[in-house]
Amino acid sequence: MTTATHTTKNLPATAESDSKSQPRPFVNPYLGGLFMGVVLFLSFFLTGNGLGASGGLNRLIIWAIDLVAPEHVDRVSYLIHYAGGDKNAMDHWIVLMTVGILLGGLISGLVGRRVKAETVRGPRITDHQRWLFALIGGVIAGFGARMARGCTSGQGLSGGATLSVGSWAFLLCFFVGGYALAYFVRKLWT
Amino acid sequence: MGPFALNEIVGKFGTYLIYLLIGMGFGASLEMVGFGRSTKLTAQFYLRDMTVFKVMFSAVLVAMVLIFGAAGLGLLDYDRIWVPPTYLVPGMLGGLLLGVGFIIGGFCPGTSVASLATLKKDALFFLMGILGGIVLFGETSGYFDHFWESTYLGRLTLPDLLGLPTGITVFLVTVMGVFALWGAEQIERAMRQKDGLEVKQISRWVSAGAGVLLMGGLAVMLIGQPTADQRWQRVAAEKQPMLDNREVQIHPAELRDVFFNSLVNLVMLDVRDEADYNLFHIKDAERVPLDQLEGLAKDLKAGPPGTIVVLMSNDETRATEGWKTLVGQGVANTYILEGGLNNFIAMCSESPFASIPGGDETLRYELDAALGHNHPTSNLREHGKEIEFTPKVKIEKQAPTGGGGCG
Repeated sequence: MTTATHTTKNLPATAESDSKSQPRPFVNPYLGGLFMGVVLFLSFFLTGNGLGASGGLNRLIIWAIDLVAPEHVDRVSYLIHYAGGDKNAMDHWIVLMTVGILLGGLISGLVGRRVKAETVRGPRITDHQRWLFALIGGVIAGFGARMARGCTSGQGLSGGATLSVGSWAFLLCFFVGGYALAYFVRKLWT
Repeated sequence: MGPFALNEIVGKFGTYLIYLLIGMGFGASLEMVGFGRSTKLTAQFYLRDMTVFKVMFSAVLVAMVLIFGAAGLGLLDYDRIWVPPTYLVPGMLGGLLLGVGFIIGGFCPGTSVASLATLKKDALFFLMGILGGIVLFGETSGYFDHFWESTYLGRLTLPDLLGLPTGITVFLVTVMGVFALWGAEQIERAMRQKDGLEVKQISRWVSAGAGVLLMGGLAVMLIGQPTADQRWQRVAAEKQPMLDNREVQIHPAELRDVFFNSLVNLVMLDVRDEADYNLFHIKDAERVPLDQLEGLAKDLKAGPPGTIVVLMSNDETRATEGWKTLVGQGVANTYILEGGLNNFIAMCSESPFASIPGGDETLRYELDAALGHNHPTSNLREHGKEIEFTPKVKIEKQAPTGGGGCG
């Protein structure tokens, strides 16, 4: 679709003549949306649960905290819920789903020849700046995902498709937040 | 009928395997549309590439039509799938923060995982940031617990909010969604034209797909959602024996016993006509016409744990109808007052009323005036009479629904 924005300058010079090492174009967004929608439906139909990603990351970090400081987990009310006492925070379906996202992304990336160690960034900043802002953005997004009790997948997609009022309000605010700040951080991306 | 009790069918290992496969489908769909590249994701907010909006909304619309279509056809029980409960203000603040984190960091949680799978270093930093943000939330949540639990509205859905039937809401959302996608296409084309970038026409396949989606939404509206009777028919094989074996008809004395049980939130629903209700009813029993029970089911299911519902009519016929409606909708812990109000008066009245002949579902006691709950018999607190009964009430948990993306 929109390969015009796709930077190819990181490819080795010989790659131009060697079409086999070129990444394949991305799938049409509507075709991808159709596939994602069917996966989302199947998830609800089979399991009763929607899609989620932040929940798995949440359990991963709580599991790690439980390894080094179990007595701390038993003291903080937010953490007890996931890993208090003998509970294993990783023993939950959402962890498997998150692992699946990683595997599915890898397979799709291999098929599309897009698996490549690199830093994707706008043209006006350095790799180190990109890493720093990725870290900062991640902290805000991680905090926001817990505040909203789900991320773009758990709230936006799953809640949107089941017509939850809170999820539609969430989606609206997600886009408002992005658009409100986009102009001020345009140097990061354009 | 979905969703399925996977643990019982394929065991824990099989269940986890299914979740792994679903995750793989999700991860692949994220990567294949370009969500593994932060520059492509954020282009959304500079209007040059609306892929994020297009993928998300087409996925939401497709899944919505399939979910409510399947529910309308009786293949899926919508009441038992996870609908994120609404905590309005914290949810909106979280959405804002995610939007801000997205434009600064270049990802949302799911896309960063898919991006890491293709070895993008920026995704690794974003993920480390997320883990840090989660820890920060966990460690500080004690200070804003009150806010985090605020504006709780339960399982509130758009049809509830709009006061429209579900099918019509689905159709309207489909129409507006397709229109919004068309608008996004126009904006993207205009911006790209301005920047001298390549502009593609909307392909015929995409237009055809939009047509199919709209027809799907229309079909959901025409099929509608299952009626109370249809819902009962689905669970009848399992639940009818409970009626036949008289497992759910509780003795008036047991009603009083439950009434005094402080662990129970007792809801007494009187489904008789207003005239009979005004003549005599049990104090604290709420009158609900049979045709309004369906709408009440949702609130009952959202009620506090330990909620017991007891339906009552003059005899049992009407209360049994009401029982089927509530049980069909999946309300747990629902019972019928054995023998109805007639039996209740016979058993509990210290000063017997004069009985009069009458047919089924008529009040067969004579009252000089419409006493409502002013007669001592109607007050469960004032009964001293000890009566033997066989206890039948069991407090069960509500039908399980899973968790969403919060895990």
